[in-house]
Amino acid sequence: MSPSCDFAKLDEILENHKYDPGNIIAILQDTQEVYHYLPKEIFDYYSEKLGMSRARIFSIATFYENFSLEPKGKYVIKICNGTACHVRKSMPILEQLRKDLNLSEQKKTTDDLLFTVETVSCLGACGLAPALTVNDEVFGMMTPEKATELVNQLKGENADAAE
Amino acid sequence: MSGDFVLIDNIPVQIDGEKNLLSLIRKAGIDLPTFCYYSELSVYGACRMCMVENKWGGMEAACCTPPKPGMEIYTNTPKLRRYRKMILELLLSNHCRDCTTCGKNGDCKLQELAGRFGINRVRFENTAEKPKLDSSSLCIERDLNKCILCGDCVRMCDEVQNVGAIDFMYRGSKMTVGTTFNVPISETVCVGCGQCAAVCPTGAIVVKNDVSKIWKVLNDPSIKVIVQIAPAVRVGIGDKLGAKPGENLMGKIVAALKRMGVDEVFDTATGADLTVMEESNELLGRLESDEKLPLFTSCCPAWVQYVEKKHPELLANVSTCRSPMEMFGSVLKEENKKSDRRVVVIAVMPCTAKKFEAARDEFKVDGEPYIDYVITTQELIQMIQEAGIIFSELEPEAIDMPFGTQSGAGVIFGVTGGVTEAVIRRLSENKSASALRAIAFNGVRGMEGLKETTIQYEDREVKIAIVSGLRNAENLIQKMKKGESHYDFVEVMACPGGCVCGAGQPITNLEGKKKRSVGLYASDKMCSIKRSEENPVVTALYSGLLKGKAHKLLHVKYQKEETAE
Repeated sequence: MSPSCDFAKLDEILENHKYDPGNIIAILQDTQEVYHYLPKEIFDYYSEKLGMSRARIFSIATFYENFSLEPKGKYVIKICNGTACHVRKSMPILEQLRKDLNLSEQKKTTDDLLFTVETVSCLGACGLAPALTVNDEVFGMMTPEKATELVNQLKGENADAAE
Repeated sequence: MSGDFVLIDNIPVQIDGEKNLLSLIRKAGIDLPTFCYYSELSVYGACRMCMVENKWGGMEAACCTPPKPGMEIYTNTPKLRRYRKMILELLLSNHCRDCTTCGKNGDCKLQELAGRFGINRVRFENTAEKPKLDSSSLCIERDLNKCILCGDCVRMCDEVQNVGAIDFMYRGSKMTVGTTFNVPISETVCVGCGQCAAVCPTGAIVVKNDVSKIWKVLNDPSIKVIVQIAPAVRVGIGDKLGAKPGENLMGKIVAALKRMGVDEVFDTATGADLTVMEESNELLGRLESDEKLPLFTSCCPAWVQYVEKKHPELLANVSTCRSPMEMFGSVLKEENKKSDRRVVVIAVMPCTAKKFEAARDEFKVDGEPYIDYVITTQELIQMIQEAGIIFSELEPEAIDMPFGTQSGAGVIFGVTGGVTEAVIRRLSENKSASALRAIAFNGVRGMEGLKETTIQYEDREVKIAIVSGLRNAENLIQKMKKGESHYDFVEVMACPGGCVCGAGQPITNLEGKKKRSVGLYASDKMCSIKRSEENPVVTALYSGLLKGKAHKLLHVKYQKEETAE
């Protein structure tokens, strides 16, 4: 199997959930926490370890919008497009980010796996509208300019970390 | 009125242990429509066709409402008629409505109910994407354009068969029944049992149709066509051809095949007799050495695939005997080795998985299969109808020589417990008529999913289990692994009830299935030869054609076994 999947890590997740198929959603959540998405290999592995069919696990993974089968970037940017953010012009922010990172509605993740840009229906931070999150950290009162600045800052952080 | 009644359309109906209103309503003689309800599956409540109205005007799905004394419900109100019509119209709106060219034409629940409720136009345009046909499997074909998302196949595959090859994927308007990562069904754990097709109310899953290939060989005079007919076919075929359920129509099937131009017709029960001989010897050998027990039967190709895909560690326990179809196929090809014409062997089976078995590499010599084609009972019915043969008026004919006899033991292979009963008859030292009767009442007969019995062989007690339905087989395997039970011989049939209930048979209810098994036991009674070893064809084969070649021609080593070890 692919080296991208660390089975010791998966075993640890399964252990935490007592190998109970009833905990499958939590198991998938923890897995996504580690990989930012659900790697293909886990379906066979969990199917065998939990004694539930691969198709059932895939069914659950595709039912919930929150699970991703595509690899995601190191920084997942979620732009809120709830009513409040929308009327305070969240869409131009999305367009700006897509332009900066060369992304589109179909292509959500950059080739270097650094950024993923997606929308979310409401972050519950309407008072800060328009808002976005980067890996669960909230940034409020955004503008397209601030968004570009944020992306550049993140790029810099990443370069520093690499050194 | 005493408390145990429900008022259905103002008629009191007594509650008699019914689990849901639906069964009670149907007991009262009202055919409430459903797509997603099967008594052997869990209740799902997806199709909403069985809605009923209570006395306050509220709506309930009858399939998932338990009957309570004093209920007053109505099954045919203006509101309900409007609801049902709307549901049907919406189902039809994104349904591929090419009924005339559909494999389920005339057999489709959606077609039937659309007719019953007078749906004469669909107001909505079909904007759904058109998924591609999945014809990757040799056994079944999936067309998602015809799926109504009732989930019958999903529950059958998971609950009854424990295979879980398909499930609901995605969500809302994008929901489909599919495989993991949408791979073709042939690349999944699917074992080809076809039970999904048997419960599919529409043409979304159908049995692969090979009829055109058969006509082609039948019309080629340079080909000698030999057909073998499985035991279960003779008691299932009549359902669609105007005969009584469970009636043995072997003679008429032979006559019909001869009219279509088949050169020789034989009975797979003769092959089953060979299986009994080989399998009994194998069992005795393993009992003696006390190795690789329990011995699992290998007649059912869906079961063999199940072991390969889910329990490769048990492959060594599966009998090395070929299935009756394959044993007989190799005998027929060997017998006709010197024929001046090309010989094609066709098997008529109640089974979809046999199509896969016939195509396995293990059953080919230099690329030439022992069985060239497998068609199901349903496909044979289609051929009979296509040929315009009026089945009820056919004069029955006998099967051909030199393999023209079979024992009753071979005939009962078509029902769960039949293989076991046949093997016990072979092993039993007492060959009297009363001993034969005693075997029949030893717990081997009946439609239960798990049956147990023991026999005495010399000084040893041989423990036997008979399971049908792969979920039951899985439960048994788990119990054995935990050490909770021990058996020496286990008969497994993938389809609940055995081959008579195979997915290649005309679809029927539990009552119809029972009649088929009664029909086979009655045929057994009419056989002059009761035991496989007494069949003169078997004796002649062992001293002739099979001499020195019995192991080569009658046994198999499934290739995956080596990788598993």
